[in-house]
Amino acid sequence: MKLFEYQGKELFGKYDIAVPNGKLVNSKKDLSGLKFPFVLKAQVPIGGRGKAGGIKVAESLNDAKEKFSQIMGMNIKGFTVQKVYAEEKVEIKKELYLSITLDRTKRMPLIMISGKGGMDIESVPDDKIFKEWVNPLIGIQSFNIRSVISKLKLEREEAKGISKTISRIYKMFREYDCELVEINPLIIRSDGSTMALDSKVVINDDAMFRHSDIVPELVDLTTLEKDAKGKGITFIQLDGDIGVIANGAGLTMATLDALTYFKGAGGVFLDLGGTDDPEKVKQAFELMKKAKPSVIFLNLFGGITKCDTVAKGVQAVISKEGIDCPVITRIKGMNEDAAKDILKDAGLITATTLQDAAQKSSDLAGGK
Amino acid sequence: MAIFVDEKNKVVVQGATGHQGVFHIGEMLGFGTKVVAGVTPGKAGQEIHGVPIFNNANDAVVETGADTSLVLVPARFAKDAVFEALDAGVKTVVVITENIPFHDAMEFVHYAKYKDAVLIGPNCPGIASPGKTKIGILPGSIFLEGNVGVASRSGTLTYEIVNSLSEKKMGQSTCVGLGGDPIIGTPFIDALDAFEKDKETKAVVLVGEIGGTAEEDAAEHIIEHIDKPVFAFIAGRTAPPGKRMGHAGAIIARGKGTAKSKIKAFEKADVKIAQFPTDIADLVEKYS
Repeated sequence: MKLFEYQGKELFGKYDIAVPNGKLVNSKKDLSGLKFPFVLKAQVPIGGRGKAGGIKVAESLNDAKEKFSQIMGMNIKGFTVQKVYAEEKVEIKKELYLSITLDRTKRMPLIMISGKGGMDIESVPDDKIFKEWVNPLIGIQSFNIRSVISKLKLEREEAKGISKTISRIYKMFREYDCELVEINPLIIRSDGSTMALDSKVVINDDAMFRHSDIVPELVDLTTLEKDAKGKGITFIQLDGDIGVIANGAGLTMATLDALTYFKGAGGVFLDLGGTDDPEKVKQAFELMKKAKPSVIFLNLFGGITKCDTVAKGVQAVISKEGIDCPVITRIKGMNEDAAKDILKDAGLITATTLQDAAQKSSDLAGGK
Repeated sequence: MAIFVDEKNKVVVQGATGHQGVFHIGEMLGFGTKVVAGVTPGKAGQEIHGVPIFNNANDAVVETGADTSLVLVPARFAKDAVFEALDAGVKTVVVITENIPFHDAMEFVHYAKYKDAVLIGPNCPGIASPGKTKIGILPGSIFLEGNVGVASRSGTLTYEIVNSLSEKKMGQSTCVGLGGDPIIGTPFIDALDAFEKDKETKAVVLVGEIGGTAEEDAAEHIIEHIDKPVFAFIAGRTAPPGKRMGHAGAIIARGKGTAKSKIKAFEKADVKIAQFPTDIADLVEKYS
């Protein structure tokens, strides 16, 4: 789960990582109580908000009110701004970049730090980003921190502050099951102290059960996606018009690929997972209908999942409510013959191979 | 021969008395797997399909000589179960459980290394060496004994591919589901090394997915260390860019992680790539 900047900063507070004085602003009335100039920042779960006009400096109360109205409700890359965070502007001596993330290959937390903070980190050359991996069994040690700090050419006081920040961020990364903690910029002030001006924090969804203090906000999901998530169904809306139902993420992706090969376009990615529970299948099919695809492509491989049980779930929905778009099915594996009979009786089109089914679906979608 | 597991492995199932445990103990026994014990705290003395249940992994290992664990426990208890198995002296752990917090996975993957054990998964369907053993939830009916090694990050897609191989009478030496999570115990590279050494394996099929750089790492490894023919399918070629972990993810990846980059890397390593999962069998037939 991606946290908003202000939520990330609240966590920083818990770990004694300094952030500028700031508060969440819900209405113009909340704009008092901060020293000018302060910065109004759109709270959206996506980068690039500065370039999109979502960050503005307010010099006076009137200025702040005007800029607040501009930011609140604006659209940034598809996200409507519903929260604005205001924080006092601070003087900056140096800007650094700091992150801890997961290195999938080494299967270890990776600390990255650079003296070139503030700017787009992707344009910073590799040799200006210093990396250190931490053995998760022993946790962060002083030598880990010394190793990256020594490369940064910092003054003594500065190095102390940054070292403390690294070890606190690491603690937070571990205790809050983070996939990512990123501070850009992490600043050094003229008195040598350290402060986090931004926060990007992603908490591992699978670990949310351990963090009941974090209130999940499903901000980057569509209404149907939220509905599906509540039912425990993997359901992702895409740009195309063909609804894909398959079992297993790999097979679902491979099905979308096959459609694209035949010039079709997936509109929904629905992964049934390992279930053949007719009730779950029914719910999945109902969700799919609500997404109004022009064609539904059901691609099943029955291993442990029994194809005929899934087919019965599909049949139940169709016989009760009907369906107003063609459904192409391709069934393989455990009890496939029984499943094919059920689906044929329900009036659905059965195809023999993946290619055949993908082509039929793409042709039908294109013809509509 | 086979890789990682064969007819000698003695399996203890952790999470044996649940719905999944009972069903799959039956399936594994039917496949010929030596399932010697089950573990469910508080259920010692029971039997599932004649297999004795113990309160903890240590009792199971001491009483039955189990050397391999199959972990079917719910995600929040999985780390504890894996640590328990490794401490009991088990040398191979297959973790089927999905949705395990990745910090937990990171810890048990490193602990397995420290204990010199093989850990497969998490979030995987398990491993099967046809004619010898099956440890996991893979459907037994799709397999055929033979010389193709399969290593996959996917579940059902693996079944699909194995099934199409078997239909063409191309049997498998071992089929290992490596797991779909970002953190897994046995990546492609380890599976490739094992298949390279295995006398029975004549060709290797890799089933990859977008995300991470496991395929790119595998491709580089193949150029240097693998002489056997390798075939691949990559799912997600047309998936929209997925979750990006802030800028940090992009820095690690530096343009890697997309299907395009994976295919390019495999082509450079002379790995033949299938357009459709069911085409793999034709490719293997043609080139090996």
